[in-house]
Amino acid sequence: MKRLEVLKTYKLFINGEFPRTESGRYLQLKNKSGKLIANISSASRKDFRNSVVAARNAFDNWSNRTPFNRGQIIYRIAEMLEGRKSQFVEEIMSLGISKHTALKEIDNAIDFTIYIAGWCDKYQQIISSVNPVSTSHFNFSFAEPMGVVGIISDNNSPFGFLRLMLSVIAGGNCAIVVANEKYPNVAISFSEVLQTSDLPKGVVNILTAKKNELPQHIATHLDVNAIVIATNNDKELSEIKRSSSVNVKRVISVSETELNILSPDLILSTQEIKTTWHPIGI
Amino acid sequence: MPKSIKFKTNWDYSPAPESTSHIRLKKKYELFINGKFILPIENKYFETINPANEEVIAEVALASKKDIDKAVQSAKNAYEKVWSKISPQEKGKYIFRIARMIQERAREFAVVESLNGGKPIRESRDIDIPLAANHFFYYAGWADKLKYAFPNKSPKSIGVCGQIIPWNFPLLMAAWKIAPALACGNTVVLKPAETTPLTAMLLAEIIQESELPDGVVNIVNGGGETGAEIVKHKNVDKIAFTGSTEVGKIIQTIIADTNKKLTLELGGKAAQIVFDDAPIDQAVEGIINGIFFNQGHVCCAGSRLYVQESIYEIFIRKLIDRMETLIVGNPLDKNTDIGAINSKPQLDKINYYLKIGQTEGAEIFQTNCAIPKKGYWCKPTLFLHTSQSHRIIQEEIFGPVLAVQTFRTIDEAIEKANNTPYGLSAGIWTDKGSKIFHLAKKLRAGVIWANTFNKFDPSSPFGGYKESGFGREGGIHGLTSYLNL
Repeated sequence: MKRLEVLKTYKLFINGEFPRTESGRYLQLKNKSGKLIANISSASRKDFRNSVVAARNAFDNWSNRTPFNRGQIIYRIAEMLEGRKSQFVEEIMSLGISKHTALKEIDNAIDFTIYIAGWCDKYQQIISSVNPVSTSHFNFSFAEPMGVVGIISDNNSPFGFLRLMLSVIAGGNCAIVVANEKYPNVAISFSEVLQTSDLPKGVVNILTAKKNELPQHIATHLDVNAIVIATNNDKELSEIKRSSSVNVKRVISVSETELNILSPDLILSTQEIKTTWHPIGI
Repeated sequence: MPKSIKFKTNWDYSPAPESTSHIRLKKKYELFINGKFILPIENKYFETINPANEEVIAEVALASKKDIDKAVQSAKNAYEKVWSKISPQEKGKYIFRIARMIQERAREFAVVESLNGGKPIRESRDIDIPLAANHFFYYAGWADKLKYAFPNKSPKSIGVCGQIIPWNFPLLMAAWKIAPALACGNTVVLKPAETTPLTAMLLAEIIQESELPDGVVNIVNGGGETGAEIVKHKNVDKIAFTGSTEVGKIIQTIIADTNKKLTLELGGKAAQIVFDDAPIDQAVEGIINGIFFNQGHVCCAGSRLYVQESIYEIFIRKLIDRMETLIVGNPLDKNTDIGAINSKPQLDKINYYLKIGQTEGAEIFQTNCAIPKKGYWCKPTLFLHTSQSHRIIQEEIFGPVLAVQTFRTIDEAIEKANNTPYGLSAGIWTDKGSKIFHLAKKLRAGVIWANTFNKFDPSSPFGGYKESGFGREGGIHGLTSYLNL
């Protein structure tokens, strides 16, 4: 007799744990032929707000890790991904994507992770400066993470969120990711990778939700410092920018092209520049 | 309480007024558009006054929507047809020229700045004007070196920059905006603040004399409505705004459905943290400079003081003694420490907060100094026994008003310092280096002054965290605000 497969319950990833949505709602993820793949948690505003609390609490710890340590943890994420490659290939294929494409997606994701891991202890030196002021002061500027960053990933790739998220956390920020509605299973399985990579709880929180339900709540939340968004929808972007003015939130829009090139740009654009002065003299 | 020094003596200073005989001001100022001074289409003018005696200095053209359209059009033409075709080095040479011409007329600018804005001549002469000239000089040199600032990138200009500046450092803010914009290859429509248009109009004269191509810089005057027309104009590619957080948020909202780039330099509520191991007299000087510099009309003013409990009594006594020596009065007198409040509405706002502070239960202290009968004035003010939830702790007053609290541990100081929506600057006073570095990291603010305060330099990036705005002005980082990378 054929063995019955044990199916996975896809939940949310908040504060290093896998809770169901407090709302009790779900979304049906179906394959191309209409067969149910999984019931996906449909995160609510409350789930999002809980994620912000988790991210804020994690910020002090994560931003104060040495850059070298952050690099090691992100490298570890790549190791975990590599080990679970076949699982991700299957999950991507279950959505009707070819094996060839699925393999390319996961390989690129792993290699991108290594690329970003290497930046952790290097970007500071390409953006900081000692400033030659005309008074008797030692004056220097360096980059610091913005804080809690909301990530909205509408782009057309199962691992698009990962590219945004890694650059954000490499710089010491904490993130709340709203996964692309089309690939929620990939995002949630990825959170299992995060959970086994020594990433402190709360640094990354991943929510699956109905498209358009959470972005406005992210934009209006007073304890979110910035939003990183990859979308082709100008109207959505405008609405987020408008609502973000409530606390002068930074809105960083990433185009499809920018998403697919290797660069430290997004690490740098989620940093603040701090300048410190001290008198020189005896 | 140790005995205080008595200041009721006859040791008055003799007046030392700066001469105004050499300044050349017109009775009427027009709009500076496309290299010429032109009449406003609706022929409306407003009066600009001296806040120290409420006398009218000149009339200034009020730019209407049609005038803004003309100014933007002129900037667009200049961008497309002239400025973008001039080599980077030649662009730099124009900017160097402007820097030099400001230096040549520095004293005149200083006097006009003090006349129109109410700030002490010592400050306009030694800080505002030299820094403005230096800012042009600094960015002039960047014009032909941009590719070295951004390796692996091809930096490109943005286009027409709409720049709206405040009244607290009129010429300096104009320099902060115009210099990097031009060096990065953009053209400009600048709107000075309604109460302080004059030094910008003198700058327009210099721009004309420097032979900068027509339309590269356009200067138009008016209030909020004029500013809104610039923000909304479809041919403006970038907005740079310095002013209140309230207006900054409105601008962010207005341009949300456009691709306009934006930098905001907004309000602040800086904490000054004084530890028991700080050199006390030096710290007192720093606190005084932090809040009373430019009448406290400074976005990065150190308006909250946190003193470690063990030195509270002696520190406050010394602070009050020092406050009593401050001279409030004629901005043009070289002895003056605190000049006139910039405008009647600003004075009303300060007085409103003085009332609120007392209603909320804080104890007010004001010095015994004499203040002139005419004009707008506010005595140096201290609020003691404040608490973190008080509005005078949370909200920006923008006047010579310092609110004091105490702390016991370093963690408490950090928690309190970071506990406002703002994050522009902070001050640290301690003799211990490791403590400075610890705090410099923990304080969520864009500028940290350690054992010093209110220092500025063209090469030093300035700008805030959180609701104090985004983007940096000054230094290599200031270039990013005016380039597409």
